[in-house]
Amino acid sequence: MVEIKTAEKLNKKYLREGMWPTIFCNGCGHGVVLEYTFWALEELGWDMDNVVFASGIGCSSRLPGYINADGLHTTHGRSIAFATGIKAANPDLNLIVFTGDGDCSGIGGNHFIHAARRNIDMTVIMINNFIYGMTGGQLAPTAPLGSIATTAPYGNIEPPFDICNLAKALGANYVARWTVSHPYQPIKSVKDALQKKGFSLVEFLSPCPTAYGRRNKLGDIKKLWKWYDDNAILIEDYERIMNYGSEKEKEEIKNMFPIGVFQDIDKPGFFEAYENLVNRVMSKDSKPPIKIKPKAVVRK
Amino acid sequence: MIEVKEDWCKGCNICIERCPVNALEESDKLNKRGVRPPRLKKVNECNNCRLCELVCPDFAITVIPEKKKKDDKKTLLRSPVGGI
Amino acid sequence: MRYKRNPERIRNVLGNKVQFILGDMACVYGGILAGCSFFAGYPITPASEVAEGAARLYPRIGGTYIQMEDEIGSIAAVIGASWGGAKSMTATSGPGFSLMMENYGFAVMTETPCVIVNVQRTGPSTGQPTLGAQGDMMQCRWGTHGDLQAIALAPSTVQECMDFTIEAFNLAEKYRNPVCVMTDGEIGHLRERIVIPDEKDLKLTSRVPATIDKKKFIPFTESQTRKSKVPDFPTFGTGYHTYVTGLTHNEKGFPATDKQKDHEKLVKRIIEKITDDAEKLIMIEELKLDDADIAFITYGASARPAETAMEMAREKGKKVGLLRLKIVWPFPEKIIAKLAKQVDRIVVPEMNLGQIYHPINEAANGNCEVVSAPKIGGEMHLPHELLPYLGVK
Repeated sequence: MVEIKTAEKLNKKYLREGMWPTIFCNGCGHGVVLEYTFWALEELGWDMDNVVFASGIGCSSRLPGYINADGLHTTHGRSIAFATGIKAANPDLNLIVFTGDGDCSGIGGNHFIHAARRNIDMTVIMINNFIYGMTGGQLAPTAPLGSIATTAPYGNIEPPFDICNLAKALGANYVARWTVSHPYQPIKSVKDALQKKGFSLVEFLSPCPTAYGRRNKLGDIKKLWKWYDDNAILIEDYERIMNYGSEKEKEEIKNMFPIGVFQDIDKPGFFEAYENLVNRVMSKDSKPPIKIKPKAVVRK
Repeated sequence: MIEVKEDWCKGCNICIERCPVNALEESDKLNKRGVRPPRLKKVNECNNCRLCELVCPDFAITVIPEKKKKDDKKTLLRSPVGGI
Repeated sequence: MRYKRNPERIRNVLGNKVQFILGDMACVYGGILAGCSFFAGYPITPASEVAEGAARLYPRIGGTYIQMEDEIGSIAAVIGASWGGAKSMTATSGPGFSLMMENYGFAVMTETPCVIVNVQRTGPSTGQPTLGAQGDMMQCRWGTHGDLQAIALAPSTVQECMDFTIEAFNLAEKYRNPVCVMTDGEIGHLRERIVIPDEKDLKLTSRVPATIDKKKFIPFTESQTRKSKVPDFPTFGTGYHTYVTGLTHNEKGFPATDKQKDHEKLVKRIIEKITDDAEKLIMIEELKLDDADIAFITYGASARPAETAMEMAREKGKKVGLLRLKIVWPFPEKIIAKLAKQVDRIVVPEMNLGQIYHPINEAANGNCEVVSAPKIGGEMHLPHELLPYLGVK
């Protein structure tokens, strides 16, 4: 039987002293994602000395500052590349990368693509609030069609970025997307993602009342959280209706966000493959060293 | 029985909205931020489901099960993974 | 695999003591000898050979080589690996160096030791990829935004490519700052004879790891165990739970973006930890300066024709000397000022339109005439082209 901890006990163990309360607005979903990560870490029982958090720039990337573990707060969009280096230097560390929608799919898109392709051992938790919150509410690549932002005052005309499908196509080992309002599935999903070798992505659809909700007339916190509940549909249901449903049903769910576990496979991670390479190369070198006579002739 | 860290609460009221048995309400006093933290209603059916504790963005609310009730056998304290 | 430097294996892998190799390859040798175990690179002419050499040699010594998706990813991975505990380096050229500027500033702000080899080529923009130049000398000092102090070395021969890379690692580890090794396309693609130093002749420095009680350790302030402005290094995974950020931070590492005093204290300490040691960071070569009336002050590839021009002028009776800067930044103003009082004219041959000419002019302070001898277009100076600057026909 798992020993039940309370939020109080979790506070004391995982939060950095003196940094609380958070800078997040009230009604923001980022604090909830932090909570879920703590619950997942508590379930796993990992030693916090061996866990390293990396993040880019933005509201989501402030999360490592609150956690009592080694944290690297890097430049915008590059956290995944930094995390690759940390893991290469010390493969025993467990890496968790907190990143946002603009940070990961906008400026950091290239690094995300290659880390997923290489299957680097890390867990990327992307917190998607459809907007660039920290800088005041500019348009993000993941924003739904027609949404309003400060740099899209007449409505967004760009189709949104679906990062989970991209990760699935690249062959990442674990891909999932959840909303923050229901706790049980995300906590189990984060736990699965952390335990998986190779690249894992967990995307969280998180409400931003101050930047996104306010501009898009989604009203107050209660209405915004309810909007997320109403517009999220499990991936199995989504696929079933899109394949076999009636036109009316398809019309209803066309614009909803599919959530759930998109992919759960087991491919070897990058550093495992690299270690095999090193062993193979070094075994060729392991013949006893031949004494090499100096061949240079010194001219007088 | 709930315990609220009043100075950490930001008054988003998500716990009050999400409680499945409507056991929470806003209290009368204001905390340092000028918002009203939650409290249990005088007559409530709190069954220790801990949804408020899991969903609070600021770790401000904790559920402490009361030990001396007869129904303890029915309402088990759930682990966050998978539920029971 | 956590890397452990194994001198015997390194000797085996590097091969003969005396070799005839490419300048780019010499940089790889220097890194391996210094204990570097992580290389992240991206192909760019003329620095691709550094990455290729690293790809061949690093798995054999147990290190890690990753070809990242771009130069920004390369420098990011290098900084991350440094925090993971490995000595790390990357190699690039002009366009890649420009891309790396943001993270170079991040390495300065977070006090991360790392080495960047810049095999310079003509610019701006794509320029002449296969031909060398020295046009990035000011960029390595001021290329990133904000106030900082850079450390840069300029090798003139292939042997120096190797030796200066080892020295670059020592300086980076000692001062916890990124260090640039500014070679160029000419030296990088030149093959010359090198002699690999024996293990007993190598002097290597490593970062001082944090060892004091975790509750008392303060990560971003003057060292608590010795007298130095360089703090001890709390490697990730050793239990210090450090928060490393590029934002202005206070001594504990927490962001303090609204505090003027914290920012001033932090940036001044980061600069002063290097400038306080300016005397120790002078590495120069002086040739025939004792009785000189005219002096060349130069660095890197331009020093080679300058030396020949000096000999030619001496044969014709002109008293010419040469001062070669091995460490270009921090700039040795005092040496230049002293020399300016002795000679009548200073000539600065450079493969750019006059970059290090400006601090030399400033340091000379009007005590003598300072003339720039620029040449761009990918060709080195020919010695007879430098003779008119010396007043020799």
